[in-house]
Amino acid sequence: MTIVPDLREAYAGLPVGGPAVALSGVTKVFGHGAASVTALDRVSLTVSQGEFLCLVGASGCGKSTLLSLVAGLDAPTAGVIEVTEGARPGLMFQDPALFPWLTVEQNVALPLRLRGVGRCERLEQARELLEVVRLADFARRRPHELSGGMRQRVALARTLALETPVLLMDEPFGALDAMTRDLLHDEIERIWSERNLTILFVTHNVREAARLGNRIVLLSSRPGRVVDDRPVEIPRPRVIDSPAVANLAADVTVRLREEVRRHGN
Amino acid sequence: MATDELVRQKATLSGLDALEVPTRSRRPLGARIWKAAWPKLTALVVVMIVWQLLFLSGWKDPWVLPGPQAVFAELWRQMNTDELWDAFGLTIWRAAYGFALSLVIGGAIGLAVARIPFLRAAIGSIITSLQTLPSVAWVPLAILLLQLGEGTITFVVVLGAAPSIANGVIAGVDFIPPLWMRAGRNIGARGFALYRHVAGPASLPAIVAGLKQGWAFAWRSLMAAEIVGAADATGLGLQMMVYRDLNDAAGLYAVLITILIIGLFVDTVFGFVERTMRSRRGLAEAD
Repeated sequence: MTIVPDLREAYAGLPVGGPAVALSGVTKVFGHGAASVTALDRVSLTVSQGEFLCLVGASGCGKSTLLSLVAGLDAPTAGVIEVTEGARPGLMFQDPALFPWLTVEQNVALPLRLRGVGRCERLEQARELLEVVRLADFARRRPHELSGGMRQRVALARTLALETPVLLMDEPFGALDAMTRDLLHDEIERIWSERNLTILFVTHNVREAARLGNRIVLLSSRPGRVVDDRPVEIPRPRVIDSPAVANLAADVTVRLREEVRRHGN
Repeated sequence: MATDELVRQKATLSGLDALEVPTRSRRPLGARIWKAAWPKLTALVVVMIVWQLLFLSGWKDPWVLPGPQAVFAELWRQMNTDELWDAFGLTIWRAAYGFALSLVIGGAIGLAVARIPFLRAAIGSIITSLQTLPSVAWVPLAILLLQLGEGTITFVVVLGAAPSIANGVIAGVDFIPPLWMRAGRNIGARGFALYRHVAGPASLPAIVAGLKQGWAFAWRSLMAAEIVGAADATGLGLQMMVYRDLNDAAGLYAVLITILIIGLFVDTVFGFVERTMRSRRGLAEAD
């Protein structure tokens, strides 16, 4: 793959399956004194290189906080976060957060521009990345002309332009209709395996986690703690409506409900 | 994954994409210009008819309210003299200079107030109250401080326009969606690059709105200052007063029309910039 020459290099020296992201004893507290809220409580978690890890939890479990910390947009109150050398993780939100004053290709080219890549080269690379998310035909359009699912694919291409082996996704398909979401599951799975990415994927949709992940980690709510961590051994390609995915999802849901009940009276 | 399965997936995706993207259809340029122009032309014709009827009714004496014919003949005569063009050039120069200066001063103050909480608390509301003060009220003070001359004119224009521009910048910075800033930082924009590539373009609509309002204030302040006679050199405002002193009603009306046309022209330019920006960003329907 010519588009990401750095990818192999980024992994050079690391054993296959070595840690891509490692959190140890990460705690995040918002506010001070009596009004403080502990969003994350001593979370330790290692994401292996090439892993597709789905982080599941009810509202208020600090999933988004955790991604912000790994992305370096916020600092933990305590604990250490280590990310593979040379890899600044790319972050995707539920909202595509595309810039409306730029065309689709300019959006994708912006990370390259910020890195000082020349004009012709960055547009060419942007085209190639749009090819990857199958939107090459819409390069000259403006974001508002595209559907929600297409915008999210543009956001994915923009994140891939960072040429980082680690992707952090914060409920990226949460706002999409079911049909689009299923298609994007196929897409993200394909891109993940083609590019040998490491993905830390946050969702509250347990089926989505079972459809996509190699591993599902369950966080408790307030404070966020790792309460369950299980591998997913269903062979790919997976179908979200298949009995295997549904059974696993049901299992995880039972566990999730136990956690939610702890907060009732 | 089987190849034909992949092909089928790709086809489903592109089918969905095609269904979800609206087709672009724009009317031809001529039709768009006509659509924008005909209501204005109609209004103009109505005004001319009413004017002519008023003139014929003899409601006012012809040396107070001349008919359209006399006024346009006078406008044509003026357009063939240096007198009008000199005044025109001077007024435009004063407006452009004062507006450019307001842009620098208002922009700097706006940015400082938006970024520094102490400044916002200290002078944020003063800026808004300055905006409500009719700028002609500054003329006596300006004459006292700077005597009659270009300095006085510039002073009044800047005090009229800079607060609006500053407020536009403040509003622009205040309403940048935090998510865009997070996304910008994540894709590697730091420091100045974050302003250049994210914060700046994101706040542009509010800044342009501020500029438009700032221009309106600058233009009014300039006319007020010229009419009061804050400088000797004859701009359009003073010229109008000269025609009044000469009891030349047609001359006065002709200058008034010139001033109106300049205002309309600048407003059209701002309108075009604003509409283009809004439709590109999906904030308005392109017509």
